Amino acid sequence: MLIEKSILVILLFLVSLGAAAYMTYFERKLAAWIQDRVGPDRAGPFGILQPIADGVKMFLKEDFIPAKADKWLFIIGPGIAMFTALITSAVIPWGPKLHLFGRDIVLQVADINIGILYVFGVISIGVYGIMIGGWASNNKYSLYGAIRASSQMISYELAMGVSAITIVLLSGSLSLTTIVEGQSDVWNIVYQPVAFLIFFICALAELNRAPFDLPECESELVGGYHTEYSSMKLGLYLFAEYTSMFVSSAIMAILFFGGYNFPGMSHFSGNTLAILGIAAFATKIFLFIFVIMWIRWTIPRFRFDQLMHLGWKSLLPLSLINLLVTGLVIAYKNGWF
Amino acid sequence: MESLTNRKKVVSDKPMTLWEKIYLPAIISGMITTMRHMFRKRKTIKYPEETREFAPVYRGQHVLKRDEQGRENCTACGLCAVACPAEAITMTSAERERGEEHLYREEKYAATYEINMLRCIFCGLCEEACPKEAVFLTDRLVPTYFERDNFTYGKDKLVEAIDQRIDITKRQHTGKRTQL
Repeated sequence: MLIEKSILVILLFLVSLGAAAYMTYFERKLAAWIQDRVGPDRAGPFGILQPIADGVKMFLKEDFIPAKADKWLFIIGPGIAMFTALITSAVIPWGPKLHLFGRDIVLQVADINIGILYVFGVISIGVYGIMIGGWASNNKYSLYGAIRASSQMISYELAMGVSAITIVLLSGSLSLTTIVEGQSDVWNIVYQPVAFLIFFICALAELNRAPFDLPECESELVGGYHTEYSSMKLGLYLFAEYTSMFVSSAIMAILFFGGYNFPGMSHFSGNTLAILGIAAFATKIFLFIFVIMWIRWTIPRFRFDQLMHLGWKSLLPLSLINLLVTGLVIAYKNGWF
Repeated sequence: MESLTNRKKVVSDKPMTLWEKIYLPAIISGMITTMRHMFRKRKTIKYPEETREFAPVYRGQHVLKRDEQGRENCTACGLCAVACPAEAITMTSAERERGEEHLYREEKYAATYEINMLRCIFCGLCEEACPKEAVFLTDRLVPTYFERDNFTYGKDKLVEAIDQRIDITKRQHTGKRTQL
């Protein structure tokens, strides 16, 4: 049991890091395609080895700590960012049960019954990585980036949480496994398109992705919270962003698009079902990542007041109304009136 | 005031309609545009493997031509130096001695002829000024150096070798545009 879980943990670690590495490659390729360019194509065939070259470059750069920086916090910041990005994947059910060596292997590190709460808790800690990094740099641009990041995250977490609660209402459980299993017939997106839209927009804001990438907007804040960072510390920040993009794509797939469920599931069973389920889940994650990147290379950045306006005056009321309507419909169906 | 062009537009700042305030339709139309670009032909020229083709009238490094019998055309009249807006050309003239008829076409020739490639703006006015069809700009590039002195090209670099003639037929068609 312990060995099984350890292998799964190590596998997950490698998969999320590998996925993050190749997402950088894919992002650059996609940006190039959208701009009628070719993109990286020198390292290996089609530039496939580009992430490795980037990683080696990051490690070989001088690791610089500014004299006036708070040394401890400066070092710990990227660590927190990466740590929180990685541990979110612990509660994600990656596929149906796998039968190997006469045992049922659950493809989930920890099936805790408050999965969604755990995810939201960890995501909220994620802002500390950015905040601490920005504060410790002792630099105005970094501080501004950190302030923006934290205010943005706090504002959007509300609407995000409320739209997640509608899903909880629908499935009657906080456990991600139960939520996925409840969608084997009809995916939640059919019942909750508005909640999905709100959740998706808020996820973009939580990820600091365009059009909500104010914390690191190059045009005003140099590099935002990671202005002073260099070498692999910077690499960790960037990596953490991609890892959390991977994880939040997985969470969106679970909450709204049926996780590892796919149409025509009932025709398969056993390991075939498990592998097909994993493949379906991976495809959904990939599509989400693609759309997030596609949006980044299409839409310009919000202004800060527009960002706050959208979060507090549009998304939050909309998600509350959506929650109210969902609650009323569920109450009506249960015969409370 | 009457407008000079028909491109005049009245700027309006009327408030956004609800449809515009939702943003989503505009965002989706933008995303369709970028999606269309994903499948366009790439504009990139992969440099070391392919090089961009020069225009037929490209103006690069100069050449001092010889005639069919291998004699230098230049008579050091100095018209190119006068025409040069960047004052990049200097020369000294000398008289042809007896027995040098196979080297220089006319009685006077350029003993030294120098073009400072850092001053030169490659406008081609020297070529236009030359009455003897001696100086031409070619499609060769002037390489880079670390020292300034290397950019002053003397006759050793400018005069074409007898066995390695430089093709300037493209330049001779300029203005006529018959071969395009």
